[in-house]
Amino acid sequence: MAAITTHVEAVGQAAIRSVSSVGRAGFLGIDAVRALRKVELWGPHLIPQLARVGVESVPIALFIATFTGIVLSLQASYTFTGAVPLYFVGTLVGKTMILELGPVLTGLALSGRVGANIAAEIGTMRVTDQIDALETLAYDPVAYLVVPRVLAGAIMFPLVVILANAIGILAGWGASLVLLDLSSPEFLKGLKLFFLPFDVRFSFIKSITFGVTVTAVGCYFGFHTRGGAEGVGHATTRAVVIASMIILVLDAFWAAVLLR
Amino acid sequence: MSIELVNVCKSFDSNEVLKGLSLTINDGQTTTIVGASGSGKSVALKHIVGLLRPDRGDVWVDEHNVSRLDQDSLYRLRRNIGYVFQFAALFDSMTIGENVGMGLRRMPELEEDEIRQRVSECLALVELSGYEDRLPSQLSGGQRKRAGLARAIATRPKYILYDEPTTGLDPVTTAVIDEMIVRMSEELGVTGVIISHDMKSAFRISDRVAMLYEGMIRIDGTPDEVRASDDPIVKGFIQGIPELMGAKS
Repeated sequence: MAAITTHVEAVGQAAIRSVSSVGRAGFLGIDAVRALRKVELWGPHLIPQLARVGVESVPIALFIATFTGIVLSLQASYTFTGAVPLYFVGTLVGKTMILELGPVLTGLALSGRVGANIAAEIGTMRVTDQIDALETLAYDPVAYLVVPRVLAGAIMFPLVVILANAIGILAGWGASLVLLDLSSPEFLKGLKLFFLPFDVRFSFIKSITFGVTVTAVGCYFGFHTRGGAEGVGHATTRAVVIASMIILVLDAFWAAVLLR
Repeated sequence: MSIELVNVCKSFDSNEVLKGLSLTINDGQTTTIVGASGSGKSVALKHIVGLLRPDRGDVWVDEHNVSRLDQDSLYRLRRNIGYVFQFAALFDSMTIGENVGMGLRRMPELEEDEIRQRVSECLALVELSGYEDRLPSQLSGGQRKRAGLARAIATRPKYILYDEPTTGLDPVTTAVIDEMIVRMSEELGVTGVIISHDMKSAFRISDRVAMLYEGMIRIDGTPDEVRASDDPIVKGFIQGIPELMGAKS
C-alpha cells in the first residue's frame, strides 16, 4: 500500500511540476511580449544577437546541408534505379531539402548550438545573481536578455535555413554530376518539375517557429536555473532536449496544417 | 521616509523562512541584520528591493508598498536603492567601468561624459581608480566587492543594501570594506541595511543591530543594547555559544 501511495505521489508531483512549468513559460512569454515596447533595452543587443544566433551558425548549418544533399541524391538514385527516371533525383533532393531536411536538421543542430549557449549563459547569470543585479539596476531582464535573443532567432533562423536549403541542393546537384550518371539539364529538369514557390514559404514559416522555439526554450531554462554549475548543466541539457522535441512536434503540426 | 517591514511572511515550498518579520530601518542610520546562516537574512533583504514578494505582510520603502507596486513603479523605486551582492554579481562580460555605469545608463538625463565622470568618481571612492578597463575576472575577491559597491552607489541612491559584504574576506580587507560602508553613510548620507553574521563588524559599523531568529526579529537595538541583552539566544549568538542558543527562553 505504501509503495502505491509513493508512486501516486510521485506521479502527482510530476504532474504539478509540468503544469507549473507550462505556467511559468506562459508568464515568461507574456512578459516578453510586454517587454517589446522597451526598445531602449533590447534594441542595442539585437545586432550582436543576430550575429551570434545567425551568422555564427552558418558554418555548422552549411556543413550539415552539404552532406545531407549528397546523401539525398545518392539514396534517391539507389531507390529509383530501373523504376523511376533518374532526373527525379533533382525532384527528391529539392523537395526534401526545402520542405523537410533543411529546416528540421538545421533546427535540431542549432538547438544544440544556439539553445544550449543561451541556456548556459543565462543560467550562469541566474546562479551568480547577475539577473537579480539587472533587476536592482532597474533593467527589465526579460527585455534585456530574452527579447533580443528570441527576435534574433525569429529573424535569422529562416535566413540560415534558406542558405542551408540552397547549399544542400547544390551539393546534391554536384553529387549527381560527379557520382551519378546524371547531367545538369536532367537534374535541373527534375528540380523544377514539382517545385512550387509555396515550398519556400513553407520552409520559411517552419524556420521562424523553430527559431523562436530554440531561443525561447533556451531563455526559459536559463531563467529558471537553480543551484550552481550542476544546475547550469542540467538547464542546458533540458533546453536542448525540449527544444528538439518541440521542433519535431511543430514539424508534424505544420505538415498537417499547411500540406493537406 | 524610511524602510519598514510589517509582519512579513515568506515560505519556499514547505520551508517557512520568515514568520511575521517586522522591522523599521530609520533614515540616515546603518542597520545590521544579524542571524545564523539560513535564518532568512538575504530573503528579508530581497523583499526590500522587490526581488521577492511576501506571502503575507507589507514592505514599505519611501511610503510605497513594494509588494503592491507594478513593474514600472518598482523599477523607478529601485533607482533609489543600491544593492551590494554577496559575491558582487558583476556582469562578467563587461569591464568594471561598464559595470559601474550600468545603473547610470538608465538615467536619460545623464550625458555620456557625465556617466564616465561619475564612474571614475565612484571607483575612486572605493579605491579602484584606473580599473575601468579591467574585467571582473582580473580582480581579487575584495576588489570585486568594492567594484560592486561602486556600482551600487553610482546612481547616488538613498538606500544601500549590503548582502554579507565581508563574508569570505580576510580581516584586513574586511576592515577596509567596513570603513567604506561607514564612509558611504557619513559622506553620502545614505541609509544602510547590512546583513551579516560577523558580530565584530556589525558592532563596529552599525547604528542599530537587529537579530533575526526563526523568521522573526529577536532583538532590535543599539550595539550596546544588543551586547547587554540577557536573552540567551542573543547572548549565545553574539558569543558563539550554541549551547546557550539551544536553551530557548
